[in-house]
Amino acid sequence: MLRALPLAPATIVMALFLAGPIAYCVYIAFTDLQLTGQASSSFVGFDNFRTAFHDAAFLNAVKLTLVFTFLSSIVGQNTLGLALAALMKRASKPVRTVTGAVVVTAWVLPEVVAGFLLYAFFRREGTLNAILDWLGLPSQNWLFTLPILAVSFANVWRGTAFSMLVYSAALDEIPAEITEAAEVDGANAWQRLWHVTLPMIRRSIGTNLMLNTLQTLSVFGLIWVMTRGGPSNHSQTLPLFMYEQAFQKSMIGYGTAVALLLLVVGSLFSVVYMRLLRSEP
Amino acid sequence: MTRRSTRNRLTADTALAVVLVAFGLPLAWVVLSSLDADANLRVKWPAHATFGNFDAVLTPDITFTPLLNSLILCGGATALTVACAALAAYPLSRYRSRLNNPYLTTILFATCLPITAVMVPVYALFVQVNLIDTMAGTIYFFAASQLPFAIWLMKNFMDGVPKELEEAAWTDGAGTFQSLIRIVLPLMGPGIAVVTVFCFAMMWGNFFVPFMLLLSPDQMPASVSINDFFGNRGTVVYGQLAAFSIIYSTPVILLYVLVSRRFGGGFALGGAVKG
Repeated sequence: MLRALPLAPATIVMALFLAGPIAYCVYIAFTDLQLTGQASSSFVGFDNFRTAFHDAAFLNAVKLTLVFTFLSSIVGQNTLGLALAALMKRASKPVRTVTGAVVVTAWVLPEVVAGFLLYAFFRREGTLNAILDWLGLPSQNWLFTLPILAVSFANVWRGTAFSMLVYSAALDEIPAEITEAAEVDGANAWQRLWHVTLPMIRRSIGTNLMLNTLQTLSVFGLIWVMTRGGPSNHSQTLPLFMYEQAFQKSMIGYGTAVALLLLVVGSLFSVVYMRLLRSEP
Repeated sequence: MTRRSTRNRLTADTALAVVLVAFGLPLAWVVLSSLDADANLRVKWPAHATFGNFDAVLTPDITFTPLLNSLILCGGATALTVACAALAAYPLSRYRSRLNNPYLTTILFATCLPITAVMVPVYALFVQVNLIDTMAGTIYFFAASQLPFAIWLMKNFMDGVPKELEEAAWTDGAGTFQSLIRIVLPLMGPGIAVVTVFCFAMMWGNFFVPFMLLLSPDQMPASVSINDFFGNRGTVVYGQLAAFSIIYSTPVILLYVLVSRRFGGGFALGGAVKG
């Protein structure tokens, strides 16, 4: 018993400030708690959830979250990260070093700073349009016409370094003989990638996808800085929807119900992630 | 063979150069604009290079107070996290117990939870127990949210310290706490450095937690106060915004460079991704 004593401080902090709020989350998601006006709240059962699934704005947020996650995490960060890791192995040292440093810097920057940099990049008067003008291509107000695409790109810009580092480590662990043997047998680059490399790093792919997805599910600051979820909800993912309901519309109960749904989805991903780790040799 | 590998290298170099430009342009904007007296939203070479933007933002109001707040918040929370995690990792790494596996499984599970989702109930809870708008409350929550990952990482690093040295210390009459402080922790210096830097950097850049839990302007850390450039100051002075962004980002970039120089690139990922 005494031996477990060092666990106490950490356990107490986590129980009070992490498990506590989560338990409280489960409770208030079933009430009509409001921020102002109402003195007391009452139990409303599944009302908040029923409201959510009939609320066009909620369904819109679900759709945008799926688009945002798919574009930025699964397609963007994951695929670009793998491509960068593979290219780095062949590139010359100066190019590799400089590119690596720049990509990692984008990752290390604080969330809000990253948001501002990409806001500047995508604004009507911004750099992207300057380049398009220069190339003679039509420019547009990206944050207005394609806000979800702009924030997805921002998330790719910010998050790709993580995948790149994971895949660099994974590729380094593939024995050179195996790739060489496949080459001698006449496999071309695509065949080698598909039949040799990808199967050998599949666990890294699995865990990386899980972590990217979870990370992307909870992005708030980046989108908040760039678009505030607008224009008119066109980039309002679930975390921003949750914030709007709970604080701008003062419906804490409803906002928490949305938060609980987000937690449940996160938990499911968490369980899959743990399964993937378990299956490691 | 050599010709093909040269061509391979050229292709790879060209592809990486394209990525470099795409990733580098926003970074170029912040650096060039911070030195530009009339910066706008485009990447351009400053016609009148100046440190005026830095001079303008280096005031107590704009820079020093928010950075000090960030330092108190992140420093306090990091100290709490690292101390609690080091203590917790010890029994998990050293003793066999039926509790270890469930505990570690729970920790790993919590590592992946989207913390953004609990911010609304945390706010509601903090209002009820009068922790809202307090540095202490924010520090506790920050620590709680980082602890699962910190314990997990710390335990992995501690597993790498051989047990024999401790056993020798026990024979000489050292207690558990003494052997942790005198033998184990000094031997896992790199591990502790990694956990510390990682926690600090995560919290330094975090926007949502202080945005929700702190209300009074004089307590705001830099991650939230940066918004003021858009709000009540009227037209945005982009040069100053860029200068502030650089000042605010420098500490985490320096810490990252320091740690990855000493302990290899992608530092925390070995422990984080491979479990």
